[in-house]
Amino acid sequence: MLNALTEKRTRGSMLWDYLTTVDHKKIAILYLVAGGFFFLVGGIEAMFIRIQLAKPENAFLSAQAYNEVMTMHGTTMIFLAAMPLLFALMNAVVPLQIGARDVSFPFLNALGFWLFFFGGIFLNLSWFLGGAPDAGWTSYASLSLHSKGHGIDFFVLGLQISGLGTLIAGINFLATIINMRAPGMTYMRLPLFTWTTFVASALILFAFPPLTVGLALMMLDRLFGTNFFNPELGGNTVIWEHLFWIFGHPEVYILILPAFGIFSEVIPVFARKRLFGYSSMVFAIVLIGFLGFMVWVHHMFTTGLGPIANAIFAVATMAIAIPTGIKIFNWLLTIWGGNVKYTTAMLYAVSFIPSFVLGGVTGVMLAAAAADYQFHDTYFVVAHFHYVIIGGVVFGLLAGVHFWWPKMFGKILHETMGKISFVLFFIGFHLTFFIQHFVGLMGMPRRVYTFLPGQGLETGNLISTIGAFFMAAAVILLLVNVIWTSVKGEYVGADPWHDGRTLEWTVSSPPPEYNFKQLPFVRGLDPLWIEKQAGHKSMTPAEPVDDIHMPNGSILPLIISFGLFVAAFGLLYRSDYAWGLPVIFIGLGITFITMLLRSVIDDHGYHIHKEELPNDDKGVKA
Amino acid sequence: MVDKKSRGHINSDLEFKKKKHAREMKYQVLSFGLMIGLTIVAFLTVATDGVGSWFTIPFIILLAAIQVIFQLYYFMHMNQKGHEAPALFLYSGVFVAFITVLAFVTIIWW
Repeated sequence: MLNALTEKRTRGSMLWDYLTTVDHKKIAILYLVAGGFFFLVGGIEAMFIRIQLAKPENAFLSAQAYNEVMTMHGTTMIFLAAMPLLFALMNAVVPLQIGARDVSFPFLNALGFWLFFFGGIFLNLSWFLGGAPDAGWTSYASLSLHSKGHGIDFFVLGLQISGLGTLIAGINFLATIINMRAPGMTYMRLPLFTWTTFVASALILFAFPPLTVGLALMMLDRLFGTNFFNPELGGNTVIWEHLFWIFGHPEVYILILPAFGIFSEVIPVFARKRLFGYSSMVFAIVLIGFLGFMVWVHHMFTTGLGPIANAIFAVATMAIAIPTGIKIFNWLLTIWGGNVKYTTAMLYAVSFIPSFVLGGVTGVMLAAAAADYQFHDTYFVVAHFHYVIIGGVVFGLLAGVHFWWPKMFGKILHETMGKISFVLFFIGFHLTFFIQHFVGLMGMPRRVYTFLPGQGLETGNLISTIGAFFMAAAVILLLVNVIWTSVKGEYVGADPWHDGRTLEWTVSSPPPEYNFKQLPFVRGLDPLWIEKQAGHKSMTPAEPVDDIHMPNGSILPLIISFGLFVAAFGLLYRSDYAWGLPVIFIGLGITFITMLLRSVIDDHGYHIHKEELPNDDKGVKA
Repeated sequence: MVDKKSRGHINSDLEFKKKKHAREMKYQVLSFGLMIGLTIVAFLTVATDGVGSWFTIPFIILLAAIQVIFQLYYFMHMNQKGHEAPALFLYSGVFVAFITVLAFVTIIWW
């Protein structure tokens, strides 16, 4: 931070600052660090999988170890890497894009992060406490109820805690985008990343409760002797599948929509052209969100729900190709005729288009219920969802990280290293997963720890493994880039790409803790671009310079989350050890007493007085 | 921010405000009476011997739905301006819940 308000800090006070922060920009960094850590963990698990499958009848992992690694790879990547990394970018960017000083509920924002963090840590502690979950990330009840040990219990309790955090974060973004927009920032002037955050948050609001219910029933079945999913005693195992996928399908849109939003920000900036078809983009986002709730049965075509159910959901699924197609054409038409600048972020954005279309095409193939009986549970499905998740979400995250890194940390990531790591990642990704379509069509089943020689699967799997090493090299180079940039990089100004269009590029990089000295007045879509075109040096302020009200930091979110973390251990070991039951009450006690403290202690925050605000930095600059 | 401005004019006209409050009060009392009436009807339906459960259950669910609507619109002021976003999310939630229940009833248990 380069302003007078910041004094030099010792390392201890810096740590305390991050543990207690309620500032959306610092929470973004927390999400980025924690999400990045879990991304590396999930990546190592992926490498283990590919090493095991490099040759037939490999003995690198045992069958049980493979099941655990495969389960944790999926769970970690979806819940603990992709979603937090998206939250990192949302937290860093959305309040700035709408011209707000923070999110609606800064305290809840911190609580959401710490719940996710402790949930993730709890889930991963299973590796050291008797074995990880081993029933796949879908954890179908017919498998997971019979899983020995506590792996599945770690899965259920860990996801329950981190799911609470996600729900809180989603509600917070909804409230923020509805209530905190700057004067003139109407809904149809919202930048697309904000729009996609809005729709993704609405999906979180409606999709996470089914997961919560499912996990709660699973917990009761596994730890308290109920039989919701046990058919021998009158339960129904298919109910878990429905609950999981009613959550699970919107979940993939929760991941991909913000990625779409990132591309819709990156492409106009580097094509130096206004986004083609803004209103149709908004329409497509909302339609995808809406349809996302009516397609979950396509994950269950072979469960045996009957031809009518399968047909209805097959048609609904194919309908999603229409709004997605609208978006693809809009991106292409934005690039068309633009004066394109190929930065690392733009390279990811441009290469996303063909990669994601490949995943989309196989998606429509899988949506044909009759054909799905052939594809089901083969590597064809693995290839499909890695094409949409890596080709869509991960490319989006990498584009967004390169694009907004200067806004978050004040320094541009080294471009040459970025481009080399892009090339490695792009080649590695297609090398790993393109061949898996064919391996799958040859009949290789997914989630099986090995394969036999002499069935024509050797070459394909070896190529896949080689590709995975390319991706690992790309990620390592990205880490080197991050370290190099933070040591040697130079600080940049408010608009480091020189073609910024939206409000986040009007404040210094990184922004001061109050974001905007004066809230900007928004005159249209791409407000900064409008002011630039009008020849203005800065945004028109919408208010006089005045005292700025700020929230106080608080350690309570961390303690509330820690209480649930403790209670989860109690629940897990309740039937094994006598200390289990009291630990449940101790943990819940910590949580509820801290919540009570939060309720009874008045905390009105503090003011930054207008005399203290720096004079040279006008807050809003074009 | 945007909403606050559009609501600012309300306290300009005291006479108008009074009239509005009187009308609102009338609606509140009216819907309160209706809700009590509906509750009595629901109890009577269950208490009457001659009516079969094939009728009772859907009928009292219908009455319950009407009561929820009264509650939301007249007591929680969803009929007033500035409640579009909550209404949107309420109806989206109802829609998702309905789809879920419909799927459970038709696919799993039927």
